[in-house]
Amino acid sequence: MLPAYASLPEKAWFWLFRIFNVLVLLFLVSPLFAIVPLSFSADSFLVYPIRAFSLRWYEAFLTDGEWTRALMNSFIVAPAATLIATVLGTLASVGLASREFPAKSLLMGILVSPMVVPVVIVGVGAYLFFAPLGLTGSYLGLVLVHAALGVPFVVITVSATLAGFNTNLIRASASMGAGPLTTFMKVVMPLVAPGIISGALFAFATSFDEVVVTLFLAAPEQMTLPRQMFGGIKENISPAIAAAATILILFSVALLLTLEWLRGRAERMRTRKA
Amino acid sequence: MSESVPMPGALLAADGVPLKARLARQRRLRQLKAVLLVLPLMLFLLLTFLLPIGALLTRSVDNPEVAAVLPQTGRALAGWDGRALPGDDAFLALAQDLARAKEEKTVPELAKRLNMEEPGFRSLLQKTARKMPLAAGEAPKAALLDIDERWGELPYWRAIARNGHTVTPYYLLSALDMQQGADGTPELKAEEERAFLSIFGRTLWMSFWVTVWCLLLGYPLAYWLSQLPARRSNLLMILVLLPFWTSVLVRVAAWIVLLQREGLINSALMALGLTDAPLELAFNRVGVYIAMVHILLPFVILPAYSVMKSIPPSYMRAAISLGDHPFAAFWKIYFPQTVSGVAAGALLVFIMCIGYYITPALLGSPEEQMVSYYVAFYTNVTINWGMAAALGTLLLVATLLLYAVYQRLVGSDKLSLG
Repeated sequence: MLPAYASLPEKAWFWLFRIFNVLVLLFLVSPLFAIVPLSFSADSFLVYPIRAFSLRWYEAFLTDGEWTRALMNSFIVAPAATLIATVLGTLASVGLASREFPAKSLLMGILVSPMVVPVVIVGVGAYLFFAPLGLTGSYLGLVLVHAALGVPFVVITVSATLAGFNTNLIRASASMGAGPLTTFMKVVMPLVAPGIISGALFAFATSFDEVVVTLFLAAPEQMTLPRQMFGGIKENISPAIAAAATILILFSVALLLTLEWLRGRAERMRTRKA
Repeated sequence: MSESVPMPGALLAADGVPLKARLARQRRLRQLKAVLLVLPLMLFLLLTFLLPIGALLTRSVDNPEVAAVLPQTGRALAGWDGRALPGDDAFLALAQDLARAKEEKTVPELAKRLNMEEPGFRSLLQKTARKMPLAAGEAPKAALLDIDERWGELPYWRAIARNGHTVTPYYLLSALDMQQGADGTPELKAEEERAFLSIFGRTLWMSFWVTVWCLLLGYPLAYWLSQLPARRSNLLMILVLLPFWTSVLVRVAAWIVLLQREGLINSALMALGLTDAPLELAFNRVGVYIAMVHILLPFVILPAYSVMKSIPPSYMRAAISLGDHPFAAFWKIYFPQTVSGVAAGALLVFIMCIGYYITPALLGSPEEQMVSYYVAFYTNVTINWGMAAALGTLLLVATLLLYAVYQRLVGSDKLSLG
């Protein structure tokens, strides 16, 4: 807060700075608030002002075979990719957490690289490599590449959690007679789980938002929701897209709340320890 | 070695083995266990990520057409110096190769490939192949020159000779607006034939400005949030994280709604009387910049925020109490401590920018398309794998170089998300 004795330029600066930042925050959220109401418009165009409200675009979204199939596909591909990325990523992070690991930073660089390599390159490469194997136009091919794209997020979050893990807890547990399995389930898991879950959520969001690889690898039967939206925005942008967008925004709110809850939980556990 | 007689005084484990040896064995076991845990993921990434990228890289130099369809011609031209027309044997080999190609229906792929090298080659080959095979006893050189006098021109023969190998620098050179000159050395193409250098330039230029805007908007906001009490900053942080977690497609759609001619921003500007006619905000560079900055801004804010949170406020207070103006204190004391963290975030934004495809494709005109767009274009539209792969290879090289710098700056084990 501004002290009462602040001079005029100080006051002006203080308020200018605030206004600037509030505008930036507004810039960040305004698109989301702009598109949601349009999904309830009865109009056939995505324009304001909204003259009449209706749920017809949600009805269109939920009864159109293409949209529902895309939604279904997204809910097939994303969980499968998340499962693979999370299991393999967690195992690898546990291995990498060992102090004696050879060439650790190089390996970490490779494991994280799917995050920085442009997706177009991954998409075209996957197409070239998978086509002779018969994996293009299949769910399997799509799931495998989406999983690869999700791996860095799992490795980063789980590694970060493991770095803060006190290995003396394992020794303490063992010294009190717990077997390795009990130690893992009762001591390691509760402390590491938030990292794994948030990594999994990142991996899920990555697959759930992925267009480019899908563009190259998927046949019409494997169209995912973002891919369907990409086609929709490109051809004619209708309020059905606003309905799909609103559903996706609700989805990201749910993801965000879960993550915040996890973060809060981890923080509480840490402060309790201290 | 563990069987050796222990030195007097050496520590022994319970079973009599020297402790040092036991520890070394334990260490190796732990190492093995760690490697075994990482192995499945490495194998998985090899199959789903590294080998596909390898396939792309090899495609950028892959040149099977001429070597496969004109094998005899290739051999006949092996020692040719390219200065005068090749001898009769080369004409004969070409006639024989083309006769076989006509039978095996491989002329079109050859024609497509050679036409890239020398415009007009497609029609020349099709015309010649139609007249194949030559009648018995016909002199091949005279016959070919009779079918089309272009067989008497050197550039066509040079194009064949250049591509006798299954590996070619052609695509990579083309992606850099270069070509092989008459003597085979790379040279820059004529001004009007250049295309890709300006696309690379545009990609870097646009990425640069997006990064600058992200810094200009993100740094002050991160600073403000880091100074607020935890409760309020957490609440406001949600406004940063919510768009961060929202699908890129949703955000692009939303920006189209806001920026189009009949969009909210134009209606607002006109209602306020700031402009009479709607401004062109979408489907041009302004729209692409706005949407890209919106998408990438959290990638600057989040790391900047976490760096700023770790700077004790006492430094600034000390500087001010010693008589520094708050601005000077900020510039001399606070800002230098944030540079490395913020620079890392900015570099990450730049790296992500140069690979952007979706946003320019949906919100830009042809003038805003970046390298990724042309990779997709050559893959999907013209089906020119070599060109797509070459552009992709150069984009990948640029990305990996920047990534190496980033790793230097941050250290890969210190990467964090939000």
